[in-house]
Amino acid sequence: MELTSEQRRRYNRHLILEGFGAEAQSKLLQAKVLLVGAGGLGSPVALYLAAAGVGTIGVVDGDTVSITNLQRQVLHSTPDVGRPKVDVAKERMQAINPDVHVETYEYYLSEANALELIKNYDFVIDGTDNFATKYLVNDACVMLNKAFSMGGISKYSGQLMTHVPGSACYRCLFPEPPAKQDVETCAMVGVLGSIAGMLGTVQATECIKCITGVGQLLTNSMLTFDALSMQWQRFDFAQRASCELCGTHPSIHQLKEYAFKPCSKRV
Amino acid sequence: MPSEECNMKVTINNKEHETQAKTVSELAAQLQLPAKGVAIAIDNELKPRTSWDATILQEGASITIIKAACGG
Repeated sequence: MELTSEQRRRYNRHLILEGFGAEAQSKLLQAKVLLVGAGGLGSPVALYLAAAGVGTIGVVDGDTVSITNLQRQVLHSTPDVGRPKVDVAKERMQAINPDVHVETYEYYLSEANALELIKNYDFVIDGTDNFATKYLVNDACVMLNKAFSMGGISKYSGQLMTHVPGSACYRCLFPEPPAKQDVETCAMVGVLGSIAGMLGTVQATECIKCITGVGQLLTNSMLTFDALSMQWQRFDFAQRASCELCGTHPSIHQLKEYAFKPCSKRV
Repeated sequence: MPSEECNMKVTINNKEHETQAKTVSELAAQLQLPAKGVAIAIDNELKPRTSWDATILQEGASITIIKAACGG
């Protein structure tokens, strides 16, 4: 893929970067990434992927911007309150970089639409705020052999993992979501806003690495972050032979009821 | 508790603890961890719940309890 002269200027810092260059940049320009959730994690991911020149970015989110979002969801601004998050995302990403084609899906990912939607993309970013959708993203991506980055934040900490076909999935580590009474959502316990930026930018970086083939991915691992001690820790885990989804004798063969309720609508 | 039962020193999430638990399962029961959505790492290796019964605790082990986080 030939870069235009404007693209050569726009992506100059990537083009001169050792180990990256025009070849990696062309891969980004041809890539299709689906962003599930345009909230705390999704905001920095959207901004950095657009800036990096990911050719097609799909954004799926049925929510509208509320004032409580603005403490951490840096994609959205005060005048955007009440607007669909996907519309704001599209506007911001295209303002950053007109090379990026943005597809918007103004609804929530569900067991009814997940496979159809995800199959058109190369990489999926989970930036959702509830376990139901995190398991849905995990299950649908494993079934479709898609790579994804999973992120979760709570209070002062966060956690991340990357999956590619053949590596451990979220269920290898957490076979089932926690019981309802053990779940602490951000709406219940709060979250330090800047954590979303720290974890979201790692997700964007993993996505860029996966598409371009640069470096080693955070697969078969979980990276955790604690802001209070300012500690990042990386833990290894293997694909689990008894995994209900990706093990040797899986029992999950289709997307099931995930009792979907987005965090923000659960008030 | 039998008197010969001895406490083992371990660190849990960077804090020193004493425990009589022999396995990760026993430790999880002692700490009353929820049945789902929790993983335990020994040193840098995460153990899913399915392996807790078979994972023996060693003196001085560095244990990290990780709760699945759902915020985004």
